[in-house]
Amino acid sequence: MDLALTSSQEMLKQSARDFLAKECPKSLVRELREAAVGHSPALWQRMAELGWMGLMVPADNDGTGANFSDLVVLLEEMGRALLPSPFVSTTLCAMAIGEAGSAEQKKSLLPKIASGDLIASFALTEPTATFSADGVKATATENGGGYLINGTKLFVRDANVADCIVCVARTGGASPEEGITLFLVDPKTAGVSITPLKTIGRDRQCEIVLANVRVAKDSVLGPVGQGWPLVAKMVQWGALAECAEMVGAGQQVLEWVVDYAKQRVQFGRPIGSFQAIQHKCANMLADVDGSRFMTYYAAWKLSEGMPATADVSQTKAWVSDAFRRITREGHQIFGGLGFTVDHDMHLYSAKEKVAEMAYGDADFHRKIVARELLD
Amino acid sequence: MDFSFGEDLEKLRQDVRQFLDQEWKPDPSVDGHNVDPKIAKEFRRKLAKKGWLALSVPKAYGGAGLSAMEQYVFAEEMAYRGAPTPGHGPNIVAPTLVRVGTEDQKKRFLPGIVSGEVEFCLGYTEPAAGSDLASMEIRAVQDGDDYVINGQKIFNTYGHHADWCWLAARTDPNVPKHKGISIFMVDMKSPGVTVAPMWTIAGWRVNAIYWDNVRVPKKDLVGEPNKGWYYMATALDYERHAVVPTGPIKATFELLVDYVKHVERNGKPLKDNVDVREKLASLACDIQMVELIHHRSAWVASQGIVPANEAAMQKWVTTEVSQKLGHLGTQILGLYGPLEHGSKYALLEGALELHHRSAVVSTIAAGSNEIQRNIVATRGLGLPR
Repeated sequence: MDLALTSSQEMLKQSARDFLAKECPKSLVRELREAAVGHSPALWQRMAELGWMGLMVPADNDGTGANFSDLVVLLEEMGRALLPSPFVSTTLCAMAIGEAGSAEQKKSLLPKIASGDLIASFALTEPTATFSADGVKATATENGGGYLINGTKLFVRDANVADCIVCVARTGGASPEEGITLFLVDPKTAGVSITPLKTIGRDRQCEIVLANVRVAKDSVLGPVGQGWPLVAKMVQWGALAECAEMVGAGQQVLEWVVDYAKQRVQFGRPIGSFQAIQHKCANMLADVDGSRFMTYYAAWKLSEGMPATADVSQTKAWVSDAFRRITREGHQIFGGLGFTVDHDMHLYSAKEKVAEMAYGDADFHRKIVARELLD
Repeated sequence: MDFSFGEDLEKLRQDVRQFLDQEWKPDPSVDGHNVDPKIAKEFRRKLAKKGWLALSVPKAYGGAGLSAMEQYVFAEEMAYRGAPTPGHGPNIVAPTLVRVGTEDQKKRFLPGIVSGEVEFCLGYTEPAAGSDLASMEIRAVQDGDDYVINGQKIFNTYGHHADWCWLAARTDPNVPKHKGISIFMVDMKSPGVTVAPMWTIAGWRVNAIYWDNVRVPKKDLVGEPNKGWYYMATALDYERHAVVPTGPIKATFELLVDYVKHVERNGKPLKDNVDVREKLASLACDIQMVELIHHRSAWVASQGIVPANEAAMQKWVTTEVSQKLGHLGTQILGLYGPLEHGSKYALLEGALELHHRSAVVSTIAAGSNEIQRNIVATRGLGLPR
């Protein structure tokens, strides 16, 4: 057992932290929250130069071929900085293409992803508001050698800046998980219309309306009608990636409140000397530590190719609740200042509300845990 | 990061399991702390014969000389089956004697402790000194070649069958509280020692012990006079991470899951009940978190660092999840939940009810969860006192 980071992970962590502290200050985060596009293409290019987009792309396709444990290290720092970026969306799609893509698809898409020249988005959810297969109503019917896709996708992150949308649609199937197919869709195709929604977390969740969108046969990613296992994996990867960001964000909140509690004086003493505050901080530390180890454990299992369905879902459920507790107590300790717009605390509690629901909320994942335990 | 234990530790795990298969039959109706003292002693003798009683004591002194990770694996396997713990002799007295005892003390006490023949109890807590242990009032006054002890201890475990007491007493009332305490080894058969039972709701017996002019020879003072607090803290730091294992929680949870999987209620499989599924899933998440926090403490110890703050956090998270298990577990059993072992219609031999009742003690004993949070907040996070 070795619970330390490897030396290359330490380097990745430190360099990412330094880079983001400098390149992604809170002033940029605030600016991007209200900007039309919601991320900084200039920053995106600088991230690409650091090799971040190539992290999960196989070495054969111009990437680094790193594993999920390495990804988690980087995501912690992104979460800490509240980096607004389509990094996770793109990485999930890169992993899917790496796993199920044809040689042609990998060759034409992965190097571009690794170089930062292609942003991708994962369009699964719909107005049915669920990450499970029974929520997929969008259809793809065979037509003229290709397919016509019809339906509405909703809550899709980063569709507004994507060059490629990995779109989940139904080509048939008697039961919900049968007949699911993934398509690589160019958002500039006729019939695609994308509208960003406004969420508290400003994470550019979008509506995608697909009206007779024509796609070629070779846009199918993986086997026709048998795409659900890959979709389920993408949801798993997304859930764990979100956990890693929550760990980093939670860590930052804890550091700030401890610092504040040491400085803020009331009744002639620092408020950190009052037990109520001390116990909140101790609880927050347990939430951060627990979140970190659960996330790293699930990431380790994925990296080793071990089955991790229960572990990932246990982690997403637990970490979602833990991050909620952390941000709630963070607000409580910061007092009045913390609920002003100018203070940074609300940026983290805003992140919390979208993070807890991303890739399945705690209830969704606890159902998976129960299934793994009992069925 | 690597969360695997590796071949050697997995081999040790299998060896321990084999030993337990032969020598210990789990009984879910009996709490691990409440095993009949005679049965526990017999089991400890068997462990001792394999050299497995005093896990942290070096082999040169008859102990197992296990590493931190080995001790962790060993203790968890034992706890999972509800086997008796080694007790205070092997866990606290022997390691401290190895560190600071005289050669004479080592010769007189270590063989008996590591063989399981000589049992120790601790004399720490007093009516007016619980969380504020340093304010203990029991006095030890020099008189010729002896110290004379007067005072009272309370919430003592094992005192009713222990041979010796590892007693903390005040030897200097004129210095700051924690600087005036010494540790003595006291023969429980000494004149003036009276042991009176206190029964906990968990069914364990603990004791009040009255010390009335008890004479202790100087040679039974451990280490240096007035350094007792330091020895107690060091021993605690080494032992705290083993005090609340995950084993019993996992065993009870598995019992519950197995029950739910195979039973019907009102003609429907209980495992299809939405509320039951939610509760079990929630517990599964918490138990995984607790287990990883335990891994962390053991790993820190394996790096040669005393996991003081890590163990403090471990103690509160483990015991609070234990209480949640007792609470949700009895809820899942519904109206059957409150039935005690021995009652008609009791389920799982009353194991969940017993777990629920015992768990009340756990958040208080061995340093209350409030104290553990204070430790992490002040020593871990550096918040001001």
